[in-house]
Amino acid sequence: MKRFLLASAFFAALVCLWEAAYRAKIWSPVLLPSPGQVVTYLQGAAADGTLAKATVITMRRLLVGYLIGLVLGLPLGLVTARWKLFGDTIGTLALGLQTLPSVCWVPLALLWFGQTEAAMLFVVVMGTLWSVIIATETGVRHVPPIYRRAALTMGSSRLHMWFKVILPAALPFIVTGMKQGWAFAWRSLMAAEIFVTILTGFGLGQLLHYGRELSAMEQVIGIMIVIVVIGLLADKIFFSPIEKFLHRRWGTSQA
Amino acid sequence: MRRAVRPSSATQELEVIPPSKLAIENVSKNFRSASGPILALDRVSLNVAEGEFVCLVGASGCGKTTLLNIIAGLEKPDTGIVLADGKPVTGPGRERLVMFQEPALFPWLDVFGNVLFGLKLKPNLTNKDRRDVAKYYLELVGLSRFDHANIHELSGGMKQRVSLARALAPNPRVLLMDEPFAALDALTREQLYGDIQEIWKARRKTIVFVTHNVREAACLGDRVLLFSPHPGRVQEEFTIDLPRPRDINSVDLAAHATRITKALKSIGKTETVVTK
Repeated sequence: MKRFLLASAFFAALVCLWEAAYRAKIWSPVLLPSPGQVVTYLQGAAADGTLAKATVITMRRLLVGYLIGLVLGLPLGLVTARWKLFGDTIGTLALGLQTLPSVCWVPLALLWFGQTEAAMLFVVVMGTLWSVIIATETGVRHVPPIYRRAALTMGSSRLHMWFKVILPAALPFIVTGMKQGWAFAWRSLMAAEIFVTILTGFGLGQLLHYGRELSAMEQVIGIMIVIVVIGLLADKIFFSPIEKFLHRRWGTSQA
Repeated sequence: MRRAVRPSSATQELEVIPPSKLAIENVSKNFRSASGPILALDRVSLNVAEGEFVCLVGASGCGKTTLLNIIAGLEKPDTGIVLADGKPVTGPGRERLVMFQEPALFPWLDVFGNVLFGLKLKPNLTNKDRRDVAKYYLELVGLSRFDHANIHELSGGMKQRVSLARALAPNPRVLLMDEPFAALDALTREQLYGDIQEIWKARRKTIVFVTHNVREAACLGDRVLLFSPHPGRVQEEFTIDLPRPRDINSVDLAAHATRITKALKSIGKTETVVTK
């Protein structure tokens, strides 16, 4: 409770500072709207359904792309760790492409797929895939050999070994990779939405883009806040409980 | 020692089964190292009778752990063969379970899940049988109150008790123990010496126990085999004919331990002479 109050006080102070900066008229109100104006915009956007629609479109793109990235990345990471041939090829490829900022995929996606949903999806998958492969590979490589040996003596082999020993043992790494993949997917999608104007649906990134075109700063800031809140919620609802469980089981943190 | 209550439905699984006879014949093993091949084991032959408790003692690097791994089927010998009840060992199997020096418990499972792991791989058991058997062994090692504890919450001694329960649960004929108590404090170790002797008596296993602690070997073993390093060989054999249960601090035991220690030291001396 005390922690909650302190945190609330912090955010309240942040808003007050913002309001004070607005009233001091240091910057033009076109560049720095008041918190009230942003709230008014968000209320309006929420009331006429723009916000909900954009959020749904963005989340759908994000989730579909992210899931494809996971479904491809996990097994690829496993085979990369298991067989040298895959490690030398796919592993190296993943390592290289992981360093490529995902926004760099946008021009290629535009030329290949045009102004379509496929282009969006492609960029999100490219943003997710490589870091999931790398994390899974690292996780599997870090499994202490003694777990394998112990399981072998108890009669574990092949598939059982993969699913009941190696994957769970690598789980802390894999979850870290999934979280990183999520962050990369989110980033790449926003980049793609800002650059790619398509008619199949306006996502949050596009609202952001049009906010700039119309010099509607309250829209720009409002959407940015929405994006931050969605990121926080995803973390608290999805990743946080998994991480807490891992910390408790492995004893890696006091929290 | 705590007396564990036998669950009725799983009695068949808990039946005391005859332990195995082991025959190790002419086993050699080389390892490649930066300075050329190292002969870890040189034509080692030994027999272990059904239900015998044999301790392998020697300085580190004398190949005793390698031999244990070969008996377990985790490593293959370059020459020679290991026979368990007359059948050659070709790979790891739940007839011969290993208890490792470092607790090889799985951190993603709780205590109960760890003991259950090997049982789940055993066919022809109902899930209820498996749970009953796991409960029985947790009780046997005195940890039934900790069945849902996480592994990292346990002390070193408790971890090794769970490892012991996990190794016993699938009812192996042979138990292979690789310095299982080396990392524990003296007090916990002494407790475990008592426990392991009782469990050995109650469950009738053939036990091969690797250690560098001479007193421990004299306390637990029917026979103590002294290994010499470079190359690994069985140097000498000691029979410990003291009544059980044995107390690690008893004078008679100390006499045996002194005898073995002397032999161990003389190996060290010849070794230095050779290297000079």
